[in-house]
Amino acid sequence: MLRAVAGLGRLTLSLVAEIGRMLIFTLEVLSHLVRPPFYPREFGQAVLAVGWQSLPVVGLTALFTGGALALQIYAGGARFSAEELVPQIVAVGMVRELGPVLVGLMIAARVTSSIAAEIATMKVTEQIDALVTLSTHPMKYLTLPRVLAAMLTVPVLVAVGDVIGIFGGYVVGTWRLGFNPAGYLKNTVDFLETLDIVSSLAKGAAFGLLAALAGCYFGMRSSRGAQGVGRATKSAVVAASVLILAANFILTEVFFSA
Amino acid sequence: MIRLSGVQKSFGENHVLRGVDLEVGRGESCVVIGGSGTGKSVVLKCILGLVTPDAGTIEVDGQDVTRVSRDPFLARFGMLFQGAALFDSLPVWQNVGFRLLRGEKARPRREARDIAIEKLRRVGLGPEVADRYPAELSGGMQKRVGLARAIAADPEIIFFDEPTTGLDPIMAGVINELIREIVTELGVTAVTITHDMTSVRSIADRVAMLHGGKIRWTGPVSEIDSAGDPYLDQFVQGRAEGPIETLR
Repeated sequence: MLRAVAGLGRLTLSLVAEIGRMLIFTLEVLSHLVRPPFYPREFGQAVLAVGWQSLPVVGLTALFTGGALALQIYAGGARFSAEELVPQIVAVGMVRELGPVLVGLMIAARVTSSIAAEIATMKVTEQIDALVTLSTHPMKYLTLPRVLAAMLTVPVLVAVGDVIGIFGGYVVGTWRLGFNPAGYLKNTVDFLETLDIVSSLAKGAAFGLLAALAGCYFGMRSSRGAQGVGRATKSAVVAASVLILAANFILTEVFFSA
Repeated sequence: MIRLSGVQKSFGENHVLRGVDLEVGRGESCVVIGGSGTGKSVVLKCILGLVTPDAGTIEVDGQDVTRVSRDPFLARFGMLFQGAALFDSLPVWQNVGFRLLRGEKARPRREARDIAIEKLRRVGLGPEVADRYPAELSGGMQKRVGLARAIAADPEIIFFDEPTTGLDPIMAGVINELIREIVTELGVTAVTITHDMTSVRSIADRVAMLHGGKIRWTGPVSEIDSAGDPYLDQFVQGRAEGPIETLR
């Protein structure tokens, strides 16, 4: 019994220490925002890697989710004669919740893993040390461009995901469930509010920040060898996913609590 | 002049450096030898500030390295890493010209590329290599590119970490000759880490042997065969029997 409590204590302490280290890492990254030199070329490449190259997976995820959501709402709504609410609930569901969260999780899977594996490999092959000897701060050259790119492009991805998700619902609603196309679109537009869109984009920025930070943090802290790279990548994806879901709850509470 | 006094460094319970004292004169080529895991690379990393010593002082030209401005300080150094440590995402010429493309003394891309190609030529690589990526090169070519990167910005001090590890004897000989030529030609101060005795005899003016976390012996390369130190003798002659414990 005592051993179990001690184990729980150790686990809690290590978790708190890890959160503290991540927080310090985040502050260090942000402190470089205002201190030159800056690396626009690396930033541009990160924008392409995080934003442009994530578009296909984000689009497909949103399309299928929007379609499935329309089917579920129709089937569920039929139990109390509320089938006509499909356009409104698809729109609100996608924009407020599913769009940002699914895009965030897709970014965690695609971008966080990629960043963590790349930086961890650079660490174990001494490329990070080489950067330092070449008078280049790894935080500025590797971390800041990726974090900034994710913060700026993930909201755009979320907006695209929201639109494609609503389109998925529209396709299913009009072709499969017999909704009038013009009526579906009108209900969608009328029901959405500015706050829905603002919250969606704000969540995107927050999730992008968390996803890139987790990738950079665990990559930079990687231990030696292939196992170290694997562990760093796994930890980064798990941490990013959990942080995104936790942040989603907090932001939903901030934006929509009565 | 590089001077280390009583430098200590531990990683957890592993006391790697237990008071290293070493001096390397300006324009001198010093080779640090010692078995695997004795902390040779840690010595270099301490000088560069990649690893912070637990105790002791390190001075370069009389300045404590922990108190100098980092960028101008590092601009004086070039380093060839054990695995070359080339940046996978950049073509060869951008690896070589990395320092020339960034920072306060950045040059136009065309000029940086020309310098990079000239440095590649200096290490025996043609301009056709410039646009290839590191993964497309053999181990020997990667080492040469690493060497070209180390000398690209005309440093005053160059560190070579295991420059011939993993290379065949002929390529190792080529790299040794290149290092000797570059050190002599550029008049730089060089510190090389190795346990390859052929490299030692090719590159060194002076040799320092690291054992037990301290400099066990130091002297001119011409004296390593007649120094009379049992530890040095065992290492130089590659004997399994002797005071240095070996795992079997």
